[in-house]
Amino acid sequence: MNDRYDVLIVGAGPAGLAAAHAAASHGARVGLIDQQATAGGQVWRHDVRRALPALARQSMRNALDHATVDWLAQTRVVTGEDGGLLVEDPKSARLLHYRALVLATGARELLLPFPGWTLPGVTGAGGLQALAKQGWPLAGRRVVIAGSGPLLLAAAATARAHGAHVAAIYEQSSREQMQHFATGLWRWPGKALQATALKAKLLGVPYRCGSVVRRATGEHQLQSIEVDGPGGLERIDCDVLAVGYGLLANVELAQLLGCTLQYQGAHAVVETDRYQQTSVAHVYAAGELCGIGGRDTARVEGAIAGHAACGEGAAADRLLPARRRARHFSDALDRCFALDARVHALAQPDTLICRCEDVPLAALDGHTDARSAKLATRCGMGACQGRICGSALAEIGRFPRSGARPPLFPTRLSTLAGVELSHFHEP
Amino acid sequence: MKPALIRLQINHRTVEVVAGSSVAAAIAAAQSSAVFRRSITGQPRAAFCGMGACFECRVRIDGTGQQRACMVPVREGMQVICDE
Ligand SMILES: Cc1cc2nc3c(=O)[nH]c(=O)nc-3n(C[C@H](O)[C@H](O)[C@H](O)COP(=O)(O)OP(=O)(O)OC[C@H]3O[C@@H](n4cnc5c(N)ncnc54)[C@H](O)[C@@H]3O)c2cc1C
Ligand code: FES
Repeated sequence: MNDRYDVLIVGAGPAGLAAAHAAASHGARVGLIDQQATAGGQVWRHDVRRALPALARQSMRNALDHATVDWLAQTRVVTGEDGGLLVEDPKSARLLHYRALVLATGARELLLPFPGWTLPGVTGAGGLQALAKQGWPLAGRRVVIAGSGPLLLAAAATARAHGAHVAAIYEQSSREQMQHFATGLWRWPGKALQATALKAKLLGVPYRCGSVVRRATGEHQLQSIEVDGPGGLERIDCDVLAVGYGLLANVELAQLLGCTLQYQGAHAVVETDRYQQTSVAHVYAAGELCGIGGRDTARVEGAIAGHAACGEGAAADRLLPARRRARHFSDALDRCFALDARVHALAQPDTLICRCEDVPLAALDGHTDARSAKLATRCGMGACQGRICGSALAEIGRFPRSGARPPLFPTRLSTLAGVELSHFHEP
Repeated sequence: MKPALIRLQINHRTVEVVAGSSVAAAIAAAQSSAVFRRSITGQPRAAFCGMGACFECRVRIDGTGQQRACMVPVREGMQVICDE
């Protein structure tokens, strides 16, 4: 079964939803795909206990209820070539053809290795938020949130709303860095409001700056953690440790399609022009994929991409000032949450770096690129295809991530057997 | 309005969770320190990233192995096997 779309969009987060709405408003036939079962992306993830914010519901209605938009849930991209994507849903595989493609694949968390990070009970920070929203039981559990960035506050608020006892939040940034950021927040009144609302939800939860979780211990399950803070080392008992060091763009599909990337520190984002067009003709990118910027940046860039993908430059032009403003905010965030050297030195020689293949840090000594490390140790060869260890190794300064190769995810054999890639060249 | 409940089996034990939950959540509800899978050196592992990136939550669902439990919503009567 083949399908043809004027505009095909990968990712149904704020960016993809805005792109679908914009493109459909010009009468385009739009395909919107996401590997999740529900739309909304990370920030508007379906919560089994709480209703979504009004803005989220409106954005979803605008896109998913539009007559010319096909919403393809639980559909993931396996590989792609000029003009077409091979996708797989729980039942079948098929080729989707497009005139224009909008990539809105968002971001994942930067998860960094430290002793004990593989114990059950240790999760990402946004990871715990995602698990909780999907019904992971937290009632009465003692939870510590740690790492860096504004996501820690959102994760703590969600954990609390789901009944967790949040013992503390440990932010690696120093108090000085944080104060500097807080005093600049007035320039983005909407963000200041969000911050105030979050603060109210977290009343009574200790928020400690300049603090890093050094290790997690437990027999078969997390039991306690050791925190290095301004007052020295501290040991805390907890059931769950949720730790994340910020976000990084899911560039793998864009990379596979040949889009030019640009590095922000150790991690790549997709380079675009002012209309969100990538270096590849007819391929656009929007949202976290183009640099971590949060919900508002994602929405405006998605809309620009949706208009531009339909050749409606004037409609896109009207949104450029809003985009500039939103991106300024993310630049300020980056400066505030720059990672401390202690965080890069957490992994010990025997700490497993590659969780799929159980490769310790010491095994990687002497390797200066991802390829040679992979061949010698299998690091990055497992199911996650280096999404966790490759990004971690780039962050801690070992070597950059290797390029993306198809299939983008472990795939059913029938998917690859059932299609010939030459189909992509059909008119 | 109270959300509907879904009944499924985790390692042949029946659990009940609210509709819209992920299989990962159902596994955690069935057993508070649940092991999802064993690593290649035999370590216990459980859901980690919560969003489909790490593959630590792989389990067998209705006979098909290597499914990411955090990406699959529960369905009535589902059979889930973890820590095979
Ligand atoms: C775990 C987590 C929690 C977060 N929580 C908050 C929060 O509480 N508040 C906040 O303001 N911000 C939060 N953020 C920040 C968030 O990135 C942005 O606010 C916003 O969601 C970005 O929108 P986006 O559309 O660019 O990407 P996303 O919202 O990340 O959407 C991208 C979508 O693309 C899909 N996708 C990716 N690759 C593929 C593929 N190959 N095939 C098919 N589908 C694919 C994903 O399933 C996802 O639904 C969170 C981020 C993360 C990672
Ligand atoms: S918890 Fe990481 S893929 Fe499911």
